[in-house]
Amino acid sequence: MNDFTKLLVLLVTSILSNNFIFSRFLGCCPFLGVSNKVETAAGMGLAVTFVMALASLFTWLVYTFILLPLGLTYLKTMSFILVIASLVQFVEMFLKKSSPSLYRSLGIYLPLITTNCAVLGVTLINIEQSYNLLFSVANGVFGALGFTLAIVLMAGVRERLEFSKMPEALKGFSSSLIIAGLMSIAFLGFSGIGG
Amino acid sequence: MSWTTILTAGAVMGALAIIFAIILGIADKKFAVEIDARVPEITECLGGANCGACGYAGCAALAEAIVRGEAEPNTCPASKGEKMARISELMGVEASSKAPVVATLICTGDCETAAVRYEYDGVPNCRIANGLAGGPKKCTWACIGMGDCIKDCKFGAIAMGKNGLPQFNKAKCTGCGACAKQCPRGAITLMPVEAKVAILCRNDDNGKAAKDNCKNACIGCRRCEKACPAGAISLIGKHCAVDQEKCIGCLECTKVCPMGCVATLK
Repeated sequence: MNDFTKLLVLLVTSILSNNFIFSRFLGCCPFLGVSNKVETAAGMGLAVTFVMALASLFTWLVYTFILLPLGLTYLKTMSFILVIASLVQFVEMFLKKSSPSLYRSLGIYLPLITTNCAVLGVTLINIEQSYNLLFSVANGVFGALGFTLAIVLMAGVRERLEFSKMPEALKGFSSSLIIAGLMSIAFLGFSGIGG
Repeated sequence: MSWTTILTAGAVMGALAIIFAIILGIADKKFAVEIDARVPEITECLGGANCGACGYAGCAALAEAIVRGEAEPNTCPASKGEKMARISELMGVEASSKAPVVATLICTGDCETAAVRYEYDGVPNCRIANGLAGGPKKCTWACIGMGDCIKDCKFGAIAMGKNGLPQFNKAKCTGCGACAKQCPRGAITLMPVEAKVAILCRNDDNGKAAKDNCKNACIGCRRCEKACPAGAISLIGKHCAVDQEKCIGCLECTKVCPMGCVATLK
């Protein structure tokens, strides 16, 4: 397989069969917390995509040029947390200055992403799979697209549920967790696609 | 694991942390967004209820507009006296006060005086009641009295009176006009605080029909108009109205009204 085919395969697998939320169970807190409205869910997805791409890029650089030559690969989790946290802070400052409208639309989601485990997860998976720079960034973007798909789908379902009659005990998070489980089972059907 | 390994690990993590800290520090200076110090201070001086009477999306938005010079310092109807003076001072302009207004109900058709068309037994909501065969009261200009305005008032200035009509607390009313905007009958208007007298009826029925509908209705007899020494009262449509700019507050009109709808405003 040439690189292009590999990228296509990565696209399909990271969105469908290896979806961050439904098969890796990473990033569940924003998935449950910010999925009340389709609009905000899409905003969160956008923010995550943005940060994941940058995080993949920078952690790959830090790993390859600092940790690997010094034989400190066991420090990757710790240093990646550092990188992601500073990166999000930096992006926030940058957006505030250069694009106030984007900053306003991302709103509180940017700082929330600092502690999003999907972001840390994608960077660690990049290293685990020994991806090169291109594939790391691609994995970050595609993984985030999968995350966006999941959270927007979830928000769509929850918006509809707002207007349906439900037993008192199932309202809110209990029904959300059941839905998440059902969606996860549905996504299980994609497993095996793309190897 | 030797000491050197531990030290390298510590040094690398420390170095990374310091580098990031420096980058963030520089970025903080470089990307610092200047916020006009007046904005938060002006926001403090505004009503704080985000009532939207100014036409902006909340108090903070108005404060920004004032600083930008798009809005006058006295735009906020809820900001009076000292607070408004402070805004003008911050903006460096002469404090000019708009004539303060208060919401007033132009109807005295309470449960006793207003004739009832039918017994309304639905959701207590003026808008819904208004849509049902012209409302429960015979007079289609009358206050419906389900208290939509009470729910809409952000300052707690309206309370339902015993007579089934909302009572306006002049001290609490900021004149934002939120109640006037949402009243389905348009029965609430903003009156100058100094207004002494008003004709609290705005029906446009003929005298006989008006009288049948409500014991307090203005029947357009024009006795108040004749009694007024300042010429402040005139017939508008089929009811009389007071021109507050001309009114001298002599209260002559209240003495002659046969229906009792000319009222002194407390």
